[in-house]
Amino acid sequence: MTATKQEIISKLRQDMIRWEGFRPPQPGINNDLGLGPVAAAFPDGVFPTGAIHELISNSPEDTAASGGFIAGLVQKLLTNGGACLWISYTRRIYPPALKLFGVDPDRVIFVDVPMQKDVLWVTEEALKCEGVATVICETKDLSFAESQRLQLAVEKSRVTGFVLRKDVKKINTTACAARWQIRPVRSQLRSGMPGVGHPRWQVNLLKVRNGKPGSWTVEWKNQNFQTVIAPQIIEPARLYA
Amino acid sequence: MPKRFASIWFRHLLTDWKAIRQPGLKGKAYVFAEPDHGRMLITALTDEAAKYGVTEGMTVADARVIAPELHVFDGKPGRNLKLLTGLAEWCLRYTPLIQLDPPDGLLLDVTGCTHLKGGEKAYLQEIVSRLKILGYDVRPAIADTIGTAWGVARCASSGLIVPEGEHRNALMPLPPSALRLPTAQLLKLRNLGLHQISSIIYIPNSVLRRRFGKDMVLRLQQALGQEVEYLFPLKEPVPYSERLECLEAIKTRPAIEIALNSLLEKLCERLYGEGLGLRAATFTWYRVDGKNGNISIGTNHASNRTEHLFKLFFNKLDTVTPGMGIELFVLDALKTEPVSDKQSELWSATGGADSEEVAELLDRVAGRIGTAHICRYLPGEHYWPERTPTPNTDVKKAPESEWRTDKPRPMQILDHPEPIEAMALTPDYPPKLFIWKGVQHVIVGADGPERIEREWWLEPGEHRDYYIAEDEAGCRYWLFRSGHYNAESNQHWYLHGFFA
Repeated sequence: MTATKQEIISKLRQDMIRWEGFRPPQPGINNDLGLGPVAAAFPDGVFPTGAIHELISNSPEDTAASGGFIAGLVQKLLTNGGACLWISYTRRIYPPALKLFGVDPDRVIFVDVPMQKDVLWVTEEALKCEGVATVICETKDLSFAESQRLQLAVEKSRVTGFVLRKDVKKINTTACAARWQIRPVRSQLRSGMPGVGHPRWQVNLLKVRNGKPGSWTVEWKNQNFQTVIAPQIIEPARLYA
Repeated sequence: MPKRFASIWFRHLLTDWKAIRQPGLKGKAYVFAEPDHGRMLITALTDEAAKYGVTEGMTVADARVIAPELHVFDGKPGRNLKLLTGLAEWCLRYTPLIQLDPPDGLLLDVTGCTHLKGGEKAYLQEIVSRLKILGYDVRPAIADTIGTAWGVARCASSGLIVPEGEHRNALMPLPPSALRLPTAQLLKLRNLGLHQISSIIYIPNSVLRRRFGKDMVLRLQQALGQEVEYLFPLKEPVPYSERLECLEAIKTRPAIEIALNSLLEKLCERLYGEGLGLRAATFTWYRVDGKNGNISIGTNHASNRTEHLFKLFFNKLDTVTPGMGIELFVLDALKTEPVSDKQSELWSATGGADSEEVAELLDRVAGRIGTAHICRYLPGEHYWPERTPTPNTDVKKAPESEWRTDKPRPMQILDHPEPIEAMALTPDYPPKLFIWKGVQHVIVGADGPERIEREWWLEPGEHRDYYIAEDEAGCRYWLFRSGHYNAESNQHWYLHGFFA
C-alpha cells in the first residue's frame, strides 16, 4: 500500500513538472551540454533547454565570466543549427573572444537596441521565432510579469534563452527556470608556474525549478567545462616576481 | 489602343481655395493681388468681381474705384503649383498618369481608365461633382490629343467629350486662344482678323512658320495629333501596385487591417506567380478630405509571404490617421527581387536551420529599431583590437578569413580604454597593483606583454603592451601600457577589458 502511495506521489510530481512547462528531453537528441556534475542539479539530470535562464551580475568582471559561461553553453546549443541572437542595450562583448569558447562570432547576430525599453520586446520576438536556437539578452531589470512572458514564449518555440542581468539592485522573483551567478575565481597553474591559467569560475546555481541549487567551481579547458574539486587548502598568493 | 487625354481646368483655382478656407467669402467679390513694379496687380478674381468690370492684370487702386466692395488678399507666388500638386495627388485615384499644367490645370492620361467609372461621360461627371463637393469649379474635357483637350476645356461651350478621331472638327470653331499660344501671338492673330482656328488650319505650314514662328506650327500640329506630345507624369507609375477603392469611407482599425491584408494578398499572389519577392513597399491611403499619408517597410530578403509583410506593416499601423474616413488604399511594391527559395549561406555549417524565419524576425526587429542596430561581425585583418571585429550588416556574407585563437582576447571590452594608476617595478613586467575607479587591485598572476603596434597607415600614435592580469579575487583584466617604459615620466596605463 505504501509503495503504491509513493508511486502515485512520484507520478504526480512528474506531472507537475510537465504542467509547469518542463518537457522531458527527447530521446535521440544529445542534450548534454558538457556541464558534467552541474547538470545533476536539474530535474532528470539534464540541463533544461527551451527555458529561460537568468544570470545575475554585479560587476563587469562578473559579466565577463557570465559571458564566457554562456558562450560555452551556446557552443553546444548551436551544433544542431539555428541562429543565435545577442540582444543588448549597452554592449561590451568582444566578438573575437567567443571563438575561444567554440562559438563562431560570425554566426551570432548582435542586436544593439538604442532604447532600453525595446530590449525585452526584441527578446520576446526572438524567443518566439523557431528558427532561432538561442537568445542572449543583456538587460537590467526583469519584472515577474516580463519573465512570465518570456517563459511562455519559449514553452511554445523551445528556444533557450539567457537573460544576463547587469547591475542588479534588487533580486526579485522571476518565472525563469534557473538563476545563476557566475564569478571569476583564481585560476590555477601547476604550482610554481607564473602566469594566468584557464578561465575558472565559481558557478552558483541560486535557484532552480524542481531541482537542487548548488555551487561548483568550473574551469573552461580544451573547449569544455571541467568541474574542479576545489582544493581544501587555498594556497597563499603566489608571487611571480 | 488610341490614346485619350483629359484636361481639367480649374476656373478659379486660388479664389475657390480661399472660399474653402473661409466659407463666409462665398458669393462675394474678392481678388488676389501681388506686388509688381511698385503697384499691386490683380492675379486672380471671382466671377462676382468680374461683374464689376475688374480684370486680371488691373491694378488694385483702379479696381477699388469701380468696385468699392472689393476684398483684396495678398497672393503668394507658387501657391497655385502647391495646390495643383495636392489636387493631382488626389486625382491619382482616376488615373496613375497625371501632369501638372500650370497655372491652373491638370492633364490626365485616361487611356483605359474611363470604363472603370462607366464610360467617359460618367468619368468626367464624377470628377466634376467630387471636385465641386471639395469646392472647386472645374471644366474638364476629353480628346485624342492633349492640345485638343486643353483647348476644348477652356474655350468650347459644349461638347466636352470629343469622340475618337473628331478632334479636328472640334477645334474648328474654337478661337486661337485654344492653342496654348503666348499673348503676343494671340494679339497678332486678332489684329489680322483670324478669330477661329478654322481660318488658320488651311494656311500652309511654311507660311505660318514664316509669319508666326515655329511654336505656332508645333502647337497646331500637336492639337491635331500630327506631332507627338508626351505627358510627364507627376509620379512614376510602379509596375507592381494594387489599389483598393472603398465603397464607404473607412475609419476603424479592423477595417484598415482588412484592406491592407487584401491588398497584400493580391500583390503577393502576383509576385509569387512571377517568382518575385518584395524588398520595399509603401502603403498609401487617401482620405475623403483630400489628405493622404503613407507608411513604408523594407525587408532583408525578398519575401512574398502575406503574413510576414502584414506583420511588418502592422507595427506601423498606429500612424494611420483616418480622420473623416479613407476612401482609397494603394499598395506599391517599390523594389522587387527574385525570391531565392533557400538562404542557407549563413547556416551552412549545419544547414538544418530554417533561415526564412530568422530573416523575417530580423525584418520585424529592424522595423522597430532600425536596420543600423543589427549587425554581425566578420574577422577583420587587423591586429589593433578595436578593428579586429569588422561590423557587417549583410546577413549572408561569409567570413573571408579565420578567427584567430592563438592570442587570448577578453570577453568584455571597453569602448574607450580607461586610464588607471598602475605600479610596475621593472620594465617589461606587468604592474604589481593598479587602481581603477578608486579600488585597488593587487595583481598575483600575469601574462604578457603582447605588443600590438599601431597601424600607422591608418592613424598615428603609440604602440600598446598588453598584459593579462589576475587580481587576488580572481578577476582577470586586460591592461596595457601605452608607449615604451620610461622611468622618469608618468606611465600611461589603461584598462581595456575583462577576461571571462
